[in-house]
Amino acid sequence: MLSDGRFPAGGYAHSGGLEPTVAAGRVSNAAELEQFLVGRAETAGFVAAVFAAAACSMASRGETVALAGLEAELDARFPSSELRAVSRTLGRQLLRAMSTIHPHPYFSVLAAAPHQPMVMGIAAAAFGLDSRAAALAILHESVAGPAAAAAKLMPVDPFEVHAALARASARLDRLSEAAAAQAEAPVCDFPSLGSPLMDIAAEHHKRRSTRLFAS
Amino acid sequence: MRPAGAMTARAVLATELTADGRSSRLSVLRSQGFLVLRPANASGPEPLVSGRRDVARVALAAGTAGPLGGDDFALDVHVGPASTLVLSEISAMLVLPGSRGGRSRLRITVRVDENATFVWIPKPVIAARGCDHEQDVQISLHRNARMVMREETLLGRHREAPGNLRTTLRISCEGRPLYHQQLRVGPDAEGSGSAAVLGESRAVGSVIAVDPAWTAAAPAAAAFHPDAVLTPLPGPGVLISAATRDSLQLRQVLDLGLETLGAPWRPLAAGLNRDSAAGAQFKTAG
Repeated sequence: MLSDGRFPAGGYAHSGGLEPTVAAGRVSNAAELEQFLVGRAETAGFVAAVFAAAACSMASRGETVALAGLEAELDARFPSSELRAVSRTLGRQLLRAMSTIHPHPYFSVLAAAPHQPMVMGIAAAAFGLDSRAAALAILHESVAGPAAAAAKLMPVDPFEVHAALARASARLDRLSEAAAAQAEAPVCDFPSLGSPLMDIAAEHHKRRSTRLFAS
Repeated sequence: MRPAGAMTARAVLATELTADGRSSRLSVLRSQGFLVLRPANASGPEPLVSGRRDVARVALAAGTAGPLGGDDFALDVHVGPASTLVLSEISAMLVLPGSRGGRSRLRITVRVDENATFVWIPKPVIAARGCDHEQDVQISLHRNARMVMREETLLGRHREAPGNLRTTLRISCEGRPLYHQQLRVGPDAEGSGSAAVLGESRAVGSVIAVDPAWTAAAPAAAAFHPDAVLTPLPGPGVLISAATRDSLQLRQVLDLGLETLGAPWRPLAAGLNRDSAAGAQFKTAG
């Protein structure tokens, strides 16, 4: 439910960087889209998954001070100020949705606009899920978001898009397991796999006068 | 287990302010094996310190080929209180596979003390076919320290597929993380050739500038070139990030980013600025 595109947390307004990428002509067919989804899962998706897994474990153990440190470490892993802002917008929206859907004292430790992986991790803890499930939820969103956006951005067969998502499931399982394991390491050693083209595209996208998606 | 023939080297470099407080000097300069450190003169355009003769300049040269598979190198840099260090490089670092394989490593730690300035302008790192290299850079800054650095990575030599390269750069300011990024290229880096990471780019790089004057607000984001962006970091710093077709374009775009940032970050040719600095001194004297 947490990573369902229809969950009322505003994820549908974002393409995960796909819109500017299609506009730049870097993705124009199903094969390139599938590679895009792989690249996303292996970099930004994995980093978000480790932080969601850590937030889930920390919330379950009541380590509220450690959660604040997690937020600063995640900030440093978003070189783009635009993507930092997007993550906080999505986090704020998810937090607002969860406050009604499944209120929980865990959420009270968060600031007004926390990063999305933090909220996702704590939401998973509130639902009684483990860190691996938290990681999988955000990994799923990191590919399902752009996959859903693809239908509106490029001529692509929706069945082919879903075939790509089906093929990605083994990868997402593997990455979520690795993320849950990494989340036990010291926070300063958490991964921070960059995606330079996404950082560059985000800032250009914000300045475009015609766009379908916020990011 | 490291392959036979692999080398280890550890070099140390430190600067301090001279007793009269007027210039910076090298207090430690210890080279070893691959890592050769030499006092240097300004050899090209420099941001922040162009033309200044009161700063300590050091060039890093490669004492041997490589790094090659299995090599393990470490460089420790300490920029003492109120001193200024300009660290440059003699040539690009071509990372090659060793004859017996294995991973090569380069670890660089930098500490920049109160009111100190660190200017780091290395040459590109080139991930040659078959290499397996890990580079880890950790920079800790005092809250009143200034810094500017450039990093450039080339994905193989001309028309060559890159080997495996993993880089980590972490910059913290007063113990708080400011910038933490990793880059993975090569056959083991799944998805790195996708449009979500590097696409067709063969050169990727960045410039990071940190100034305590930006504590309240760093310069605003600017999309100054189709292949690049300037963006404020979550602290007193900015990032200029670029991914381009080749190394020449990368350098041009990164320089353009520094131009966008304006003085004193704009890199000026040392000779040119030395003249103007001398002129200024003359006027003051007159």
